[in-house]
Amino acid sequence: MRKEELIPQVGVVTDIRQETGDVKTFRVVGTDGKKLFEHIPGQCAMLSVPGVGEAMISITSSPTIKEYMEFAVKKVGVLTSWLHGMEVGQEILIRGPYGNGFPVESTFRGKDLLFIAGGIGLAPLHSVINYCRANRANYGHIDVVYGSRTKEDLVDLAEMQDEWMNEKDMNVYLTIDREEEGWDGHVGFVPNYVKELQFPTTETAVICGPPVMIHFTLQGLKSLGFKDSQVFTTMEMRMKCGIGKCGRCNIGDKYVCKDGPVFSFDQLGELPDEY
Amino acid sequence: MIVKVAEQKLPELLTAAAGVEKLYIPVDKSDKVSVFEEYAPGKTLSRKLNTLRSAKDFFFPQVQPMAKFRMEGKKIEVIDTREEPQDFIIFGVRACDVRSFDILDRVFLADPVDTYYESRRKHATIVSWACAEPSETCFCHSFGIDAAAPEGDARMWIAGGWIYLEDLTEKGAELLKALDLPALGADTSDEDAEKEVKAEQDRIHSIQEKLPLYSLKPADNRQKELEIFNSPVWKEFSDKCLGCGSCTFVCPTCQCFDIEDFNDGHTIERYRCWDSCMYKDFTMMAAGTPRKTQLERFRQRFMHKLVYYPIKNDGIYSCVGCGRCLRRCPIHMNIVKVMKALEEDAQCEKKN
Amino acid sequence: MQDELIKRACELLEDGTVDRVLGWSSGDFFYDITPTVFTSADEVRKRFVYNDFCGANLSKYLIAESQKDGKIAAFLKPCDTYSFNQLLTEHRINREKVYVIGIPCDGKVSVGTLNDAGIDGILSTERDGGDLVCTTVYGEKRIPFAEAQDERCINCKSRKHVVYDELIGEEGEVLDSHRFDEVEKLEAMTPEERFAFWQGELSRCIRCNACRNVCPACNCDLCVFDNPKSGVFSKAASNDFEDANFHIIRAFHVAGRCTDCGECSRVCPEHIPLHLLNRKLIKDINTLYGTYQAGETEGQMSPLSAFTEDGDAEPSIVQKGGIR
Repeated sequence: MRKEELIPQVGVVTDIRQETGDVKTFRVVGTDGKKLFEHIPGQCAMLSVPGVGEAMISITSSPTIKEYMEFAVKKVGVLTSWLHGMEVGQEILIRGPYGNGFPVESTFRGKDLLFIAGGIGLAPLHSVINYCRANRANYGHIDVVYGSRTKEDLVDLAEMQDEWMNEKDMNVYLTIDREEEGWDGHVGFVPNYVKELQFPTTETAVICGPPVMIHFTLQGLKSLGFKDSQVFTTMEMRMKCGIGKCGRCNIGDKYVCKDGPVFSFDQLGELPDEY
Repeated sequence: MIVKVAEQKLPELLTAAAGVEKLYIPVDKSDKVSVFEEYAPGKTLSRKLNTLRSAKDFFFPQVQPMAKFRMEGKKIEVIDTREEPQDFIIFGVRACDVRSFDILDRVFLADPVDTYYESRRKHATIVSWACAEPSETCFCHSFGIDAAAPEGDARMWIAGGWIYLEDLTEKGAELLKALDLPALGADTSDEDAEKEVKAEQDRIHSIQEKLPLYSLKPADNRQKELEIFNSPVWKEFSDKCLGCGSCTFVCPTCQCFDIEDFNDGHTIERYRCWDSCMYKDFTMMAAGTPRKTQLERFRQRFMHKLVYYPIKNDGIYSCVGCGRCLRRCPIHMNIVKVMKALEEDAQCEKKN
Repeated sequence: MQDELIKRACELLEDGTVDRVLGWSSGDFFYDITPTVFTSADEVRKRFVYNDFCGANLSKYLIAESQKDGKIAAFLKPCDTYSFNQLLTEHRINREKVYVIGIPCDGKVSVGTLNDAGIDGILSTERDGGDLVCTTVYGEKRIPFAEAQDERCINCKSRKHVVYDELIGEEGEVLDSHRFDEVEKLEAMTPEERFAFWQGELSRCIRCNACRNVCPACNCDLCVFDNPKSGVFSKAASNDFEDANFHIIRAFHVAGRCTDCGECSRVCPEHIPLHLLNRKLIKDINTLYGTYQAGETEGQMSPLSAFTEDGDAEPSIVQKGGIR
């Protein structure tokens, strides 16, 4: 019988990193020690634990890493709490990859890129940013604006400070919501910071974060002269199948699991406002 | 070619079919209930217009076991419990339900293929049955379905004491051949058969013309996604909706499902089951739901059938006009009322 | 009767006694009745319907309606008033927001019952003496009205309105109903027969939740079966036991509160006689605690809630070694 997309494979957790108070990154390989499947930045996978639940999680690691995949998971519900309680060596179920991913080999090619993330919203962008870094010659200048509530809540801070900030043609702007001891960087909300930074409209932008942050950041970019068609985001909806059949993750006629999760704002503008 | 067999030979015909492959026919369980059941000698074909549940159960059952898992320490074992089904015949499917298979195919057989659905689908031979007595709730005609000439692998008319059978596909031809109809007294060279079937079709059409929903025509909504989404009709209709899933579950084209695990203490079975966009928790996430009230949920169901599905599928609607929801909705809210209200709304807009 | 109701509804709206009217309207057919809230006399004149097919119990809608601003008039049939009273007792309806108009009922018809009697292609119906005459595309069909009614109406428990602000028509009486006859038939079965009966019926359940969502006694904000944290959350039965589980738990949850309005069976798309589960519990309560009718009086406590350890020992059908 042919392969069934809905039957998961077994993955082994080989590394667990505590990113912030409620975010952990899990490294997963197959039972044979090899990477389970290839993906495009921005794609997701269904992670599950029998009897606990199943959820769509974005793949945080770049496809250019050939040995494993990583998932940054925020503790929000039953499944994610269970995952947070895991130890190295634990097996979990995994199926995917799902979704369209970012247009890294088409629209993004040769462009200056602006990535804007809030909180756990960095997870899906982490993959695409590192993909662009690994294929540096194919992309122009890279700007990253990243903000969280507190310094503690900034995901991947070490990697950003040690690697991204030292990279040629790449600027990283960090911000936290409120003043805090030991923080001498920018303080304030992401949308305002984006407006202050006055990014050129030649950049192609990607926003990912909580709905409110996305909303105001988009407004900010538009006030700078950005067009809807050059701003992308990745959507989150309740999903069960991941392959456009179970019927619940649609925004209008588009299934987020299959036609998304990556949309440009001109695409979203043609769809009903129900997300 | 159309072959005719005397109607009193029906039991022999069914027995012959059951000898070829596993056979399912609609049977009466009581005066209220007819269901598809595996044929056994003595069971008779229900003359009810439609089974209570649609025939989608054959390919998309209410509960579909998917896989089993065993957990031991940190290890998980995945057991693929899928089995290749045997070939089977569904006999006596009405025109509306036959068309619903095509609508479900466009979802489940689209890439990536759903193998649970596909394996059942490819093992089925469908013998459809023309509707001798359509009901006032029938509106298959609105979706270009002919109750007098149903689709399928083979089709059947029962009229004037005769059973008329016609093959439509290779599968259907093979089945009719395997039935050995001449042994049941069929005269394969009866030239009147075609004419008699034509007369029966004309009779059925003349009844349909008298039915109240005959002139109902769905509008092409593909260019009006946002306009219809924002229509005022949803508020009034959804206010009355009880938020149950009876329309969804009796519907032959509703295909939404949930995936859940059942832990029996030893193994954990993952199964999928019918789900309804009318339910509160359908889109619920840890962070909340984008469809907060019954308005959003009610609208989703009809937008899907009348707008989203057609956009994705060349203008084909996700409704076959079987009328089950007209019969079964506890408060008689249904797709016909929605179609009419949207049409009225569009006319008003035009005038303004 | 319909004209009288329309006239009264319009008066109440026009003189400002109420802001809204809860009644029924129909759609493409005379029988596809939808409970409807009217906000103007114009709408009422255009669309208000009261006929043999207005079986839907309006009381449950008043939970939400009585939380809105303004006052609403509701036309309640005798059995609807029992549900209304019960909801008042449970503090689910704000009484001050509702103007109850009791309306007479001599039994309602479901189109399904006509279909079951072999009448289809129905274009209209008309009462003719004791018969219901149906005009169909297949000619005129006649059925005694008593046979066309729902079972709950054939075995009507009461034509009396237990609560109202005004009454249209004559006040009815509590009837000497034969509604427990069906329960007795089930009781007379052997446990194996009874199990087979219910398994046969409940195995058809598609878990559409119509019974629960229409039930005036099922008014939890979040049902345990919809709560992923409850441990019994499920949308479909993964095995035969689970099918029964949902209905049995539901029957026990509404025991002592179910007024036997019969909506559960009316709306079941699979024609499962769900009301018999509730009726069995009503009969048991009557036997064990003395005759009790939920919804009969506002504020009355169900015997299942009123039990105290100080009073009489709780009657029990369970004794050492199992069920008596």
